[in-house]
Amino acid sequence: MMVGKDLLIIGGGSAGMAAAVAAYDRGVKDILIVEKGPFLGGILNQCIHNGFGLQEFNEELTGPEFLTRFVHQVEDRKIAYKLNSYVSDISPDKVVTYCNMVDGYVEVKAKAIILATGCYERNAGAIGIPGDRPSGIITAGQAQLYLNEYGYMVGKRVFILGSGDIGLIMARRMSLEGAKVLGAAEIMPYSNGLNRNLVQCLQDFGIPLYLSHTVSKVVGKSHLEKVEISEVDEKLQIIPGTSTSFDVDTLLLSIGLVPYNDLLIKLGLPPSRTKGANVNEHMETDIDGIFSCGNVLHVHDLVDNVVAEAKLAGVSAALYLGGNLPRHNEVIACLPGDGIGYVVPEEIDRANADDTIQVKFRVKKPSHDVFIEYRFNNEIIKRIYKTAIVPSEMEVDNIPKKILKNNQGTITISLKQREVK
Amino acid sequence: MAYDLICIVCPNGCHLHVDDDFNVTGNRCPRGAVYAKQEVTNPTRVVTSTVRIDSKVLKVLPVKTKAPVSKKKIFDVMAVINKTSVKVPVHIGDVLVKDIAGTGADLVATRDILE
Repeated sequence: MMVGKDLLIIGGGSAGMAAAVAAYDRGVKDILIVEKGPFLGGILNQCIHNGFGLQEFNEELTGPEFLTRFVHQVEDRKIAYKLNSYVSDISPDKVVTYCNMVDGYVEVKAKAIILATGCYERNAGAIGIPGDRPSGIITAGQAQLYLNEYGYMVGKRVFILGSGDIGLIMARRMSLEGAKVLGAAEIMPYSNGLNRNLVQCLQDFGIPLYLSHTVSKVVGKSHLEKVEISEVDEKLQIIPGTSTSFDVDTLLLSIGLVPYNDLLIKLGLPPSRTKGANVNEHMETDIDGIFSCGNVLHVHDLVDNVVAEAKLAGVSAALYLGGNLPRHNEVIACLPGDGIGYVVPEEIDRANADDTIQVKFRVKKPSHDVFIEYRFNNEIIKRIYKTAIVPSEMEVDNIPKKILKNNQGTITISLKQREVK
Repeated sequence: MAYDLICIVCPNGCHLHVDDDFNVTGNRCPRGAVYAKQEVTNPTRVVTSTVRIDSKVLKVLPVKTKAPVSKKKIFDVMAVINKTSVKVPVHIGDVLVKDIAGTGADLVATRDILE
């Protein structure tokens, strides 16, 4: 069975819903959201802690409260969605195949597509932990799903590898539920989590954070019995003779998130620096009419930023469907320079861009007393001073279109230490 | 008693020191001093957790204290949460426990679970 849709949105999390609402409000009525899980809302369903929505709604909400507001926006507009539906194929001519228990396999020929499939957690296989292969080693987000949606604990004595925010939040969550969290090890000399989470999730519960440490061995016949951590040197290599052991039944991994980019591969699009799609200032990929936003584009730390980006993708899809999003062959590249990990978008179609062009980027390491320097064809066009900047907080900034004096060239964003006299 | 703490107001993460007379040092801006005084004199947190529910779709319902509660009371709040179970339907904002553990804050639902 083949059906036609103006706009197909893959993923019904915060990005997919926000994009759908934005497109609808710009006149696109024939929309279908395809969601893999049993509910709209994606990962926010399991993020029961608060701290969401300060920018979007001017109040501090929990994940389920935040997503419910978007579900209401989707339902008020009668935007169609399919739950428990998995997209198995996508082609550059915008035919998407999804399947579910009710409809079987369905092919949709869409005029525009928004990819909003989120990200996944790096797991034990990604880092090759030495030692046994017992059960009890699980990603922090999976443990969060089991506890917050299914209602059971994965263990009673817990160690955490990595200092990402999910790991920190699970340290608090499992402590509240009566588990003993013995510590968290971070291979880098600084934490990857927000200070707020270091204070409220570790310090509040007396959980030590071991910086420049990693798990050097796991021990357990069938279930995890012990983890050993060791200090690492500046090359991140384990220093022999520095190990400490902890008797634990659970090792939670909070070692990074990666855009879930399987569909990009099916589209033949090469992954960008962020492992997501390359997009222009309208969040449009290298295929006309296929857009990407949210954590599948680059991993965000705040859902408010996801929503803002998704709205841009939704508005862009509406412009495209109305024939108002032409592509020009002259594009400005926007690239990370010294000290910057990535920039989104990496290309800007100046002729087509709005008056201000939003750029997002992350620094590679924590820095103090620095300038963010924007150069266009090597000429400095903008400088911003920062007393402090950290990789765990994405930077969002706007470039006024008028300071880009022509339609070709390269913008470079770099970090420069302030000269101390 | 003196305290050392990390400021959470912004990415600077200043290392704050609060002395016996509640003088704050180490802060690069006035917001740090306000945070430190609050954190030393009366630290509070919103507690979020889940309670059991007799739903067909989910075993647990997410909940929160409607207002921040004293940090010292967090585990008293959890003890009440762990004894609480509710019946469907539940809507966001429904009060499940009034004045939980004598904190003055109500425990409210943070998700709609209708069946």
